[in-house]
Amino acid sequence: MSKLKESLEQGKFTITGEIGPPKGYDLSHCWEKEVSYVRDRVVAINVTDNQSSVMRISSWAVCTKLAQDGLEPILQITCRDRNRLAIQGDILGAYVHGIRNILALTGDHNTAGDHPESMPVFDLDSVSLLMAISGLIKGKDLAGEELESMPDEIFPGAIVTPGADPMEMQLIKMERKIEAGAKFFQTQAIYDPKIFENFMKEAEKFKVPVLCGVVIIKSAGMANYMNNFVPGVVVPDEMITPLKEASKEDRPHKSVELMANFIKDVKPMCQGLHIMAMGWERYVPELLDMCEL
Amino acid sequence: MVVNVPKPAEELIELLSDYSSLFIVACGGCPIGCDSGGEPRINELTELLQKNKKVIGNTMIDFLCNKVLVGSKLRYKVEQLETADAMLVVSCGIGVQATAAMVDLPAVPANDTLSSQGMQGLWPSNERCAGCGTCYLGLTGGICPITSCSKSLLNGMCGGQHDGLCEVEEKRDCGWYLIYKRLKELGKLENLKKIPKLRDYRKQDVSDKERNTTRWALEKAVIYEAPGQTEGEKEE
Repeated sequence: MSKLKESLEQGKFTITGEIGPPKGYDLSHCWEKEVSYVRDRVVAINVTDNQSSVMRISSWAVCTKLAQDGLEPILQITCRDRNRLAIQGDILGAYVHGIRNILALTGDHNTAGDHPESMPVFDLDSVSLLMAISGLIKGKDLAGEELESMPDEIFPGAIVTPGADPMEMQLIKMERKIEAGAKFFQTQAIYDPKIFENFMKEAEKFKVPVLCGVVIIKSAGMANYMNNFVPGVVVPDEMITPLKEASKEDRPHKSVELMANFIKDVKPMCQGLHIMAMGWERYVPELLDMCEL
Repeated sequence: MVVNVPKPAEELIELLSDYSSLFIVACGGCPIGCDSGGEPRINELTELLQKNKKVIGNTMIDFLCNKVLVGSKLRYKVEQLETADAMLVVSCGIGVQATAAMVDLPAVPANDTLSSQGMQGLWPSNERCAGCGTCYLGLTGGICPITSCSKSLLNGMCGGQHDGLCEVEEKRDCGWYLIYKRLKELGKLENLKKIPKLRDYRKQDVSDKERNTTRWALEKAVIYEAPGQTEGEKEE
């Protein structure tokens, strides 16, 4: 059974982490600098799928390595690169290697990454991918054909952007994802507890666990980048100013402190956290210690 | 020519289930060549729909892909349009989009568009039809999710939407943002629940029969049945 599902069903405050696979096959850096810091602090670890449309080692292969290492992987699947035959085959392939959790995403467009000339597939999208997974769980593929064996322990999830505008459309899509089979949500990064509170007020009615997305802001420059280029993400000035004022040596500590304050605010509103450390995995233990998590 | 074929009657009736009074707008271009438009189709649709709806009237406009022409001709029909719940548009996807853009009424496609062979009508504006063979315009406020969304998504906007714009290109509109806004204006947001979740790529294929018969029909219309020519004149 999925350990992520177990943790959420038991009502535990559930923390997940995330790693981005390298552009190569050597995973030693990934394990030494990313996995090692978070492995004892999270219930499960997401592995991104050609993140930002940049070609990397496949998500399912890294998830398999995590599973072999006794860790709980969350396989991210995007719809950009494969059609419905390939994706369904990959889901069964992942299952045989012990992968139980899948996060369904539409995926960034090809033009965002390093192969902008490639064919955008998008045969499925986040919603129809969830439909496909739900079908496989019940022993039927998207064409309605019966499977010889059912991957009935798959625990499917999806993402939601609490700061999205228009919020109404975001909630409509969230509901569509739930109807298609999403059993948990991880959110896009968020920094304003008020925005998260407003979102959760609307999303509570769905009764599906929400893990609040945390990306540690490393500098004022990164905050400005996110404000300008990451849709639905707003870093408030109250977070940017202290980072600007902190000395270079103090900055990581200040960042962690600011995020810890945010986490303390949102903890009562949601069912867990999804921490995307993006190279700052070494600060995750300190962050969680500060939050007593 | 933009090849378009009649939507199956059952699908059309389902698409029109929310509306009780309709105005038919038909294109006088490609659908005539495809045997999916013109007076015969207007009469056939009127007969089909009059069983349980009111068909307020109809008009045929030379090329619905010419938005300015559509706007200027429909201006004479304002009184009739004001009493209609929706327009039933007999044309390719471009014509449906053009009509929807000119009139504040839901525009429902009577046809599915398959492909564009050779000349594609006038097409002077920003609407695009991919010939997907499953026209979604009746549910999406007359804005095409296949051509206005860079990922051709069917289930709403992706996470790349920001300030109503697409992630792919600076200043490009997010098609799903436009659809959302339009449906909200029309009070039809519940349409989002009715859109099929999966595409059927078989439908965009143009069979050998369609390729040949449509071309033949157009040639026949142009060469042998030119306006003003009588049967007698033809024989001479």
